[in-house]
Amino acid sequence: MSLPPPGEAQGAAPHAAPGGRRVGDVVLSVEGVSLAFGGVKALQDVSFDVREHEVRAIIGPNGAGKSSMLNVLNGVYHPQKGKIRLGKKEFTDMDPHEAAALGIARTFQNIALFRGMTALDNIMTGRNLKMRTSFLEQALWFGRARSEELAHRRAVEEVIDFLEIQHIRRTPVGRLPYGLQKRVELGRALAAEPRILLLDEPMAGMNLEEKQDMCRFILDVNDHYGTTIVLIEHDMGVVMDISDRVVVLDYGRKIGDGTPAEIRGNQAVIDAYLGVTH
Amino acid sequence: MSENLSGLDTFPKLLMHHARVRPDRPAIREKDLGIWQTWGWHRLADEVRALANGLAARGFKRGDHLAIVGDNRPRVYAAICAAQCLGGIPVPLYQDAIAAEMVFPIQNAEIEHAVAEDQEQVDKLLEILPQCPSLRHVYFDDPRGLRNYTQPQLMSCERLIEVGHDAMRRDAGFLETEIAKGSGADAAAMFFTSGTTGVPKGVVLTHASLIDRARAAAEMESLSESDVVIAYLPPAWIGQNIFSYAQPFVTGYCICCPESAETVMSDMREIGPTYYFAPPRVLEALLTQVSIRMEDASRLKRAMYRYFMGVARRVGGMLLDGKPVGIGGRLLYALGDLLVYGPLRNVLGMSRVRLAYTAGEAIGPDLFKFYRSIGINLKQLYGSTETSVFVCVQPNGQVKSDTVGPAVKGVELKFTPERELLIRSPGLFKEYYKNPQATAEAKDAQGWFHTGDAGYFDPEGHVKIIDRVKDVGSLADGTLFAPKYLENKLKFFPYVKEAVAFGDRRDRVCVFINMDMDAVGNWAEKRNLAYSGYVDLASHAEVYALVRECVEQVNADLAAEAELANSQIHRFLILHKELDPDDEELTRTRKVRRGFIGEKYAELVAALYDGRKSVHVEAQVRYEDGRTGKISADLRIEDARTFAPAGAKKAA
Repeated sequence: MSLPPPGEAQGAAPHAAPGGRRVGDVVLSVEGVSLAFGGVKALQDVSFDVREHEVRAIIGPNGAGKSSMLNVLNGVYHPQKGKIRLGKKEFTDMDPHEAAALGIARTFQNIALFRGMTALDNIMTGRNLKMRTSFLEQALWFGRARSEELAHRRAVEEVIDFLEIQHIRRTPVGRLPYGLQKRVELGRALAAEPRILLLDEPMAGMNLEEKQDMCRFILDVNDHYGTTIVLIEHDMGVVMDISDRVVVLDYGRKIGDGTPAEIRGNQAVIDAYLGVTH
Repeated sequence: MSENLSGLDTFPKLLMHHARVRPDRPAIREKDLGIWQTWGWHRLADEVRALANGLAARGFKRGDHLAIVGDNRPRVYAAICAAQCLGGIPVPLYQDAIAAEMVFPIQNAEIEHAVAEDQEQVDKLLEILPQCPSLRHVYFDDPRGLRNYTQPQLMSCERLIEVGHDAMRRDAGFLETEIAKGSGADAAAMFFTSGTTGVPKGVVLTHASLIDRARAAAEMESLSESDVVIAYLPPAWIGQNIFSYAQPFVTGYCICCPESAETVMSDMREIGPTYYFAPPRVLEALLTQVSIRMEDASRLKRAMYRYFMGVARRVGGMLLDGKPVGIGGRLLYALGDLLVYGPLRNVLGMSRVRLAYTAGEAIGPDLFKFYRSIGINLKQLYGSTETSVFVCVQPNGQVKSDTVGPAVKGVELKFTPERELLIRSPGLFKEYYKNPQATAEAKDAQGWFHTGDAGYFDPEGHVKIIDRVKDVGSLADGTLFAPKYLENKLKFFPYVKEAVAFGDRRDRVCVFINMDMDAVGNWAEKRNLAYSGYVDLASHAEVYALVRECVEQVNADLAAEAELANSQIHRFLILHKELDPDDEELTRTRKVRRGFIGEKYAELVAALYDGRKSVHVEAQVRYEDGRTGKISADLRIEDARTFAPAGAKKAA
């Protein structure tokens, strides 16, 4: 597959938002969030915002609180302090299904797919919240249920086409290699037609080619559907190439926030990554 | 083919004919979003009309070339026909070629207009724009990822079709006139041959030659509008063009475009093609898959498979050839068909295949017979870009694994004293584009095309291709020596990875063998043979015995062939290292460089001929990182049994 280097795919300057995609207003903001598990302070007074259509990265050393942050964003963890503002709504805590209904979808660090189900069925589960017909109608596959399934199937097929996974449509996910499982998981999140997509280490454990593919898909999703993307990633090359703005966490605190170029020159960030003598 | 197609001497005329007589019969199917979408002949003609009008409105003129880069898609084929409607010449390019490889064809034909399938192809064309100033218009089919491209050269096919509709409203009769102006002697397409030797050459073929060959083969095999083909090889390859453009246009059959390269297997199962082409490597890969899955099957299924494949080997091929088979054999085969062959054909997507071709390289007899034995009518054909493919085809009932069959109707063949095959046929190419010198070298004044392939007629008049002319030599007694033919025969054994045959101007043939580490290693493991590495395994007496069996098997085969009985292999050795392109022993396409190897291992060659039982060798090997190392070993040389020629003309 011929692939232009990530970030240059649109022929634009590497870190600028590509031509047709306009970074808009703040859609999601986190204000003074603190989260503790017993005595462990996972997040301490963290604030940042995410703008519409942007690619926002959260980085930090191991145990910095990145996954906790993501879990707060989609309602898995409930912070003890602070607010989350989504569009015009304000929450102190919310449930995952609320978050999903509000247009937040996510993928997981450890793939969380139904291993015995086919890629197609797994992606179909992403449509769950959009199904309106009753259990009985679906069981009988009658009237509305039938046309609804056809519409959902079409949406799923579009995702399959988008992610170029036609060849594994009917393959049980457990039999797929890791990189493809990751792609199916992304597909399931996309099937929910989210406004905001949370990606927890989408490229962990991938080889270079798989990473390049994944980068391309993330940028394509962002460009094609206009989806806002929040991602956690360890690969600095990837982060610097594809994100518009970066938040850096260390020991549960925010130590940096800005464009990739700014972050690269931020002394606190360099210290956190390289270690510093106190 | 009962319908009267006389007067329809170009592809656009044929298309309009089909759109009239079979408007709703399927012409092209494409799987889109998981569902097969069908274009009837009428729809295809509409699309072609719109594209052609659009191209004309954008300045495409009679005699212009249209570059087409893409996988098998309805619009790719529609674009080919649209160019032909206007008297233009489509130039399909390989979609997997890198950008730099597209420079030459575009410069050579001064191409102004190009159709690209998707972003990937568009990127390549944009990349070479600075080198190809003539290229001014690029039309793309799939808009995905191209939304933000602002290059003035770009236009979507959708838009081009709108332009075409506008033009049609202004001048409805324009295209009919243009189509009527075309004649059979016009150039219909140009295919660039791979440039393994120097620059690529553009082979110009006329409508008449393509239509003539497509029709001759279709009549021979009685293809009809009810046939179905899956189009999965590159459209830039002449074969795919014949099977999925020329022949459907002649017979009205339907071609199906798979969803992606990875889905071909499952798409084939869904479509059930009736007419199929596969090069030997594809057939080999399919068989490997089957074998691997059989090894994982339950014990009962494995036993059934083994037993019935034995039955199939005995009687399957004979049944397919219509030869007499005893009632017991017929009953057993019928039972096997129910339990094994039928389901197997189904898994391969070949349940409905009534005609399958293979070509391109030599096919191993076991591989060939496997497909025939399970009831798939696989046949070999011989042809090339310059000959519009169909030169020789094996007729039903006369299929042999080692010939390519007699000449197809209309083709004249002869061999020169140097055994080069010459062809005169209505399907011959017009010329190499802008290369009269190469044209004159390939096609002589009497119209004979020099193929560069060496071979001879077997007793039944079938053509047998043995080697390239430049590689063929003769033994000291003057009889034919065709090294590649011997090497191929050896390589058909799974244990032999490469072979190098020596014998030109010598009194007898000797070979180097390169064992296949995977296959031999596996074999050794199964019999608890301990070895420390390649060199150790290669020198094992038991491995030598294994390879000797292969060599003697080849000798037994050769003894049955009058022309080649003297080429039996007398002595062989197993090389201490794998031949490697990094050591310049193989080309990048993995062809052995016989001359180079002969010089590099002159000591070993000498030992083969002076009767020594072993020879000491020290060799430099180059590792991937560029460092070099040394391997030293004592290689054994063994004799192989030879057989008296079957014809018993004279003893070796």
